[in-house]
Amino acid sequence: MIWYISKRLLQLIPVILGVTIIAFSLIHIAPGDPARTMLGQHATEKELNEIREKYGLDEPIYVQYGLWLSDVLRGDFGRSIITREEVLDEISSRFPNTIELTIMSMLFATIVGGLAGIISASKQYSVTDYTVMGVALFGISMPVFWLGIMLMLVFGVILGWLPIGGRIDLFIPYTRVTGFMIIDSIITFNLPAFISSIRHLILPSIALGTIPMAMIARVTRSSMLEVLRQDFIRTERAKGLSERAVIYKHAVRNAMVPVVTVIGLNFGLLLSGAILTETIFSWPGLGRLVVEAVYERDYPLVVGCILIFSIVFVIVNLITDILYTYIDPRIKYE
Amino acid sequence: MKKIILPFLCLILIISHMTGCVEEEQVQEKVLIFGMAGDADKLDPADVTDGESISRMDNIFEGLVEYVPGGTEIQPALATSWDISDDGLNITFDLRENVKFHDGTDFNADAVVFSFERQYNTTHPHHDYGEWAYWGYMFSDIASVEKINDYKVIIHLKKPNAAMMTSLAMFTVAIVSPTNAEKWGEDAFKYPVGTGPFEFVEWVKDDHITLEKYDDYWRETAKLDKLIFKVIEDPSSRLLAIQAGEIHGMEYPDPTSFDIIENDDDLQLLSQAGMNVGYLAMNTGYGYYDENENGVRDTDEAWVETPGYFEPLTNVLVRKAINHAINKTAIVESLYKGTAIAAKNGMPPFMLGYNDAVEDFEYDPDYAMELLDEAGYPNGFNTTLWVMPVSRPYMFDPPKIAEAIQSYLADVGITVELYQIDWSTYLEETENGEHPMCLLGWTGDNGDPDNFMNVLYGANSASIGTAGNVAFYNNSEVQEKFTEALQTYDTDDRATLYEEAQVLIHEDAPFVYLAHATQNIVFVKNVKGYTLNPTERKFFYQVDLE
Repeated sequence: MIWYISKRLLQLIPVILGVTIIAFSLIHIAPGDPARTMLGQHATEKELNEIREKYGLDEPIYVQYGLWLSDVLRGDFGRSIITREEVLDEISSRFPNTIELTIMSMLFATIVGGLAGIISASKQYSVTDYTVMGVALFGISMPVFWLGIMLMLVFGVILGWLPIGGRIDLFIPYTRVTGFMIIDSIITFNLPAFISSIRHLILPSIALGTIPMAMIARVTRSSMLEVLRQDFIRTERAKGLSERAVIYKHAVRNAMVPVVTVIGLNFGLLLSGAILTETIFSWPGLGRLVVEAVYERDYPLVVGCILIFSIVFVIVNLITDILYTYIDPRIKYE
Repeated sequence: MKKIILPFLCLILIISHMTGCVEEEQVQEKVLIFGMAGDADKLDPADVTDGESISRMDNIFEGLVEYVPGGTEIQPALATSWDISDDGLNITFDLRENVKFHDGTDFNADAVVFSFERQYNTTHPHHDYGEWAYWGYMFSDIASVEKINDYKVIIHLKKPNAAMMTSLAMFTVAIVSPTNAEKWGEDAFKYPVGTGPFEFVEWVKDDHITLEKYDDYWRETAKLDKLIFKVIEDPSSRLLAIQAGEIHGMEYPDPTSFDIIENDDDLQLLSQAGMNVGYLAMNTGYGYYDENENGVRDTDEAWVETPGYFEPLTNVLVRKAINHAINKTAIVESLYKGTAIAAKNGMPPFMLGYNDAVEDFEYDPDYAMELLDEAGYPNGFNTTLWVMPVSRPYMFDPPKIAEAIQSYLADVGITVELYQIDWSTYLEETENGEHPMCLLGWTGDNGDPDNFMNVLYGANSASIGTAGNVAFYNNSEVQEKFTEALQTYDTDDRATLYEEAQVLIHEDAPFVYLAHATQNIVFVKNVKGYTLNPTERKFFYQVDLE
């Protein structure tokens, strides 16, 4: 197993390199450059060229890439051209927010979607089954930004139960330790901050988690149906086990592999930020950071973000693959 | 299953209702939360060009002079008085005494010199910490800033510039604390320290910036205790937030929500003509190459045909016909959706020298066809219209507006093809004169008429490759008036010159002036004392929460 993990981690390197080369090329090939963003409409050609020279933007692409790569290997991701802030600082100030939103959304999606899929499968062709699958279809078809606005309108404005966007109430003092609000509020015994950060997470997690939830519900259902047809299930029932035990103790475990795949993929995707949800809910996350960086052609920030995303995605995939071995002991890696 | 779900739902309901406890604390403090459409880039007033950064800093920093509330005239601020030498080349400022920066250090001539010099002096130790984007553009006529004593400085100009006093109210030349700049060096843009009514507390990226009242402000302290700029990018979310009472004000309401706002008793909508103009420019044919890059057409720089030279548009009758063929009012009402007023001149109505006596071209397609006939084009002609791909402050939806224009011109026999390219290339091509017609516009920088008229309509600005005058309109009489107005410090004389110029421009009709977009801000009813400024900068000093 250790050998397997090491091999996979080594494979990280060419993958990441490939991704950065593609990302670097794409953003440079796109028309426009940060000089225009910085200087505005009235900038003269001379001023634009001065900026380009200052930031090495007039060098050939491979030279720029080489310089960037050699800096990164020494741990220097450079500074954002637009904000002058260190790229790593820009990313690290948003990353915890994105992680918390991703975890909450996936928890919501997994619990609700998983349960829905299991119930649906165990009561196949019943009214429950059709209702649950109907809701899943609805969930997958709903545009995230519309759903988000509706949730805020109903729960924020009309009912007034939950806040409209943001990470935490502006008036609650909060000490930043790790950057993860939930963890920080727990370790500093700050109950108001803990409650506020949870309240702010509820609506965006539901909005963001709805599509993964629908996906998980469908995959769980079809996977369960397959398992429930198997002979060993008949054996369990013949042994006299309650239906509940059959389903939850035995069937679910066997149905998990495809579901874990879907969960893992979604988790990895969400960790690169969710631009629409973040925009609607004013969530200070990586999605907004990287999209704005692309608009402004902020090359170091764009490529730095994509580098981090690809590392995260590869590692999440690796963890997913390892999880398989725990779910299904027949799966072994040599 | 039910054992888990029911308690879980109850837990969610309980948590969601835990609102009361923590919000009582700020009843005693007056805190105003303002919703912004984006986060700031940097907090150094001399190193930014974007409205988001500027808005935050408008309340932290001050300059030698400031705008009067609601207008673009200037009044003393950190300078108590000034004297302009007879040759117009030296302006001597008396500085205000007993003013302190937020870090406790004194405001004095050294701070003024520092704030200016780091921008123009390439050997200044802080020069490389920024791009100083606006310096070359607005302040290049300044040769140097000299300290005479602790409370007197002289600004030396390379040539007389009557717009300079208004420019000194701009954020670019706000006075920053040199001590603070030295302390933070390259990172000073994150720790703004000025003399303004509010001081900086914290910046949580993409989330909010908090300012609090500065107790040692040199005027009476601000009425608000705290001012928080909260980032809410989506206009619908901003509206929901103000309706839910989470913010007290917001910028850039979506025009489709004006009805909702006006019908909501808890909200107030403030509107005013903005400092901008949107227009259709017709390439009148000739530009020049500014070989020596001095921004002026010298006698050895000849008029040559622009790449987009198109014979019909060189004829004033054709240009007037196009003006008569377009229904401006309809465009403003339907396509700007009530967020603009129709324009008849090249600068907005509140500017010095605006000529209200000019009568706009009436929408009259029949008369337009008569003019085309007289000009020798009874069957019209084919041409191309360059269209912006992005929404601009002065033109909300350029493609839609282009389609409307295309249809109006088709009615009089002119077939227009639309051409779009990305924004950066668009600016390059129009500055190069590659278009027969293009949509463009301008947002003013400092509130001075020269910043519109000379930049956009002066013959000197018809330089191929760097044109601000994208109609390549070259009336030398008009340019003379602009040049004289820039060098005359008497405001009445300047006004007369600009008024005369507008008459001439109207007669030559190189543009179809479409609209001046309005500035719109929403507040909840109990916010009092906010005055919109035409420059769209946001000053909260006078604001109170009841």
